[in-house]
Amino acid sequence: MARFLARRLVNYLALCLVATFLAFALAALTFDPVGKLQARNPPPPQATIDAKRAELRLDEPIPQRFVLWLGDAVQGDFGRTVVNQSISEELPRRIGVSLRLFLLGTVVGIGLGVIVGVASAIRQYRFSDYAATFFSFVILSTPVFLLGLLLKYVALELNTAAGAQLLVFTGETTPGFQGGFFEALVDRVQHLVLPTLTIALGQIAYYSRYQRSAMLDVLGSDFLRTAQAKGLTRRKALFKHGLRTALVPMATLFAFGFGLLITGGTFTERIFGWYGMGDWLVYGIEQDDTNITATVTLFVAVLVLVSGWLSDVFYALLDPRVRLR
Amino acid sequence: MTTTDVTGGTGKSVPTGGANPVDVPLDAIEAETEGVTRGTLVLRRFLRNKLALTGLVVLALLYAVSLTSPLFAPWAYDEYDYLSFLQPPSASHWFGTTQIGEDVFAQTMRGLQRSLTIGLLTAAISIVIASVVGACAGYFGGWVDRGLMWIVDLLLVLPSFLIIAVISPALRGSSWILFVLLLGLFAWMITARILRGMTLTLREREFVKAARFMGAPSGLIIRRHILPNMASLMIIDVTITVGSTILLETGLSYFGFGVQPPDVSLGTLIRDGSTAALTTPWLFLFAGGLLVVSVLAVNFIGDGLRDALDPNARRGRNVREDEDPEVEVERA
Repeated sequence: MARFLARRLVNYLALCLVATFLAFALAALTFDPVGKLQARNPPPPQATIDAKRAELRLDEPIPQRFVLWLGDAVQGDFGRTVVNQSISEELPRRIGVSLRLFLLGTVVGIGLGVIVGVASAIRQYRFSDYAATFFSFVILSTPVFLLGLLLKYVALELNTAAGAQLLVFTGETTPGFQGGFFEALVDRVQHLVLPTLTIALGQIAYYSRYQRSAMLDVLGSDFLRTAQAKGLTRRKALFKHGLRTALVPMATLFAFGFGLLITGGTFTERIFGWYGMGDWLVYGIEQDDTNITATVTLFVAVLVLVSGWLSDVFYALLDPRVRLR
Repeated sequence: MTTTDVTGGTGKSVPTGGANPVDVPLDAIEAETEGVTRGTLVLRRFLRNKLALTGLVVLALLYAVSLTSPLFAPWAYDEYDYLSFLQPPSASHWFGTTQIGEDVFAQTMRGLQRSLTIGLLTAAISIVIASVVGACAGYFGGWVDRGLMWIVDLLLVLPSFLIIAVISPALRGSSWILFVLLLGLFAWMITARILRGMTLTLREREFVKAARFMGAPSGLIIRRHILPNMASLMIIDVTITVGSTILLETGLSYFGFGVQPPDVSLGTLIRDGSTAALTTPWLFLFAGGLLVVSVLAVNFIGDGLRDALDPNARRGRNVREDEDPEVEVERA
């Protein structure tokens, strides 16, 4: 198994590099970082523009720029933005914000998704099953930004009805917040609920559909009947034998669900004013900033591939046949 | 492995990628299929599916209304009502008005039409690329296969949202047709992979081998034997792509990376409306509601088509369960 996983890892690393180069090259080709400078009125002197071009290495060939950027990047220096701020200084905070959102969203999404899926499979064609199906279909047809906006709207109504600021929908903490540990925690949670819900709802809908199918397959299988015939209670047979088998295809799904999560995260961060990586990507593109874009792309590629690799690991853990390869 | 007759009684058959054959009584199938062409059969099955039929009717109605709305709507999208700024829905402005007196109904219809058109066009472009790449990779194998699949893997590493967003500055001030091409260029990878997998099994079947031994050129074999036998999956996949493209397009447009002004799409409308969403909800609720309804309709149609084209699928909503998990994952 170790060789299988190692081979996949090497393959992923190569893909990661090429993908980052692709994004870097596309950004370098389409972005025009000095355009805003040139458009100023009165126009700045040519020397200033030339100096900016030299600073951003705009006149060097793109592959060379990429190699220089990558050389610095592996040493932890991701370059400077168009307005000459250090990317590396801001990077850890942004990554922290995004990962918190992603991790919570994934944990809540997979957890509830599996529960909802299993519950609707066990109670197939009952009201709860139809309700869950309808809910997933509607959620999967709703773009994340609309979901976020609607949740904001609902939260506002809720706050008005309660007469207090129960849920907060801008930023991840109250700026300049003063108070003890407990108050700070409450403050964080108040900010956390809506964005996490926005991310998690899509994940729940997505995973529960597949979990339901997988579980239905297992429910009709012979080995489950055998387990019950041998004297296991239905509950025990379902959870010890059934669920484990039904979780195998979910492991592969996980990698793809994560891609969905990253795109959704961009919208969520933007709507709720979280300064994470997704927000940075949008900012980077708006500012014609190649370095920011390349850094975020590298982050996304690494995340996608780590999740792909993790799902290989889960797969190997859950399905013994893979381990033998 | 159960088979589906796609070509209407010429004896060619295609594996539907299924793992576990489902117990459908044979005489029931025979009774259903006696003396009927496959097209009629599929149509009959599709029409029996209430949800899918509703989806089709709703989608057709929405598209028709959005196309013909200039004929009967009281206001045009480029007209300004200087007597009503930011008014809620009323008899003369069905969906209300914006800050500068534009009619939200006219705007929404224009956006809906653009979003649906983009979804349909992109799906068409995507399926063409996917079938060429998938069939070639599967049929020729060797370095063609390795090269094409490497490109597919590479493009799958990055979410297409990210790639298109990065290219989008080049779109500033250009027409939406260019944006459609871009969407199509990054929407085909998963379909291509599924089609390649199907081609791999088709290539080994007797009728393809027979054609090859008779000296038929590869291009002809792909056109006449491989592609028609994958038609079911391609049709189903087109609907899935339409739905996901509409979501992607509105998302990109929401950030200003998609449809550029003066053009509007549901995404740009929702963005413009959302700045004051909490006090003037009519600015984005209608566009948002129509967006959800359209995508929902497309998804129902896709589900119904899958039930109709793939007789091995079980009744009810769990239509995907008879598929190979790998294929299934890739489509997600």
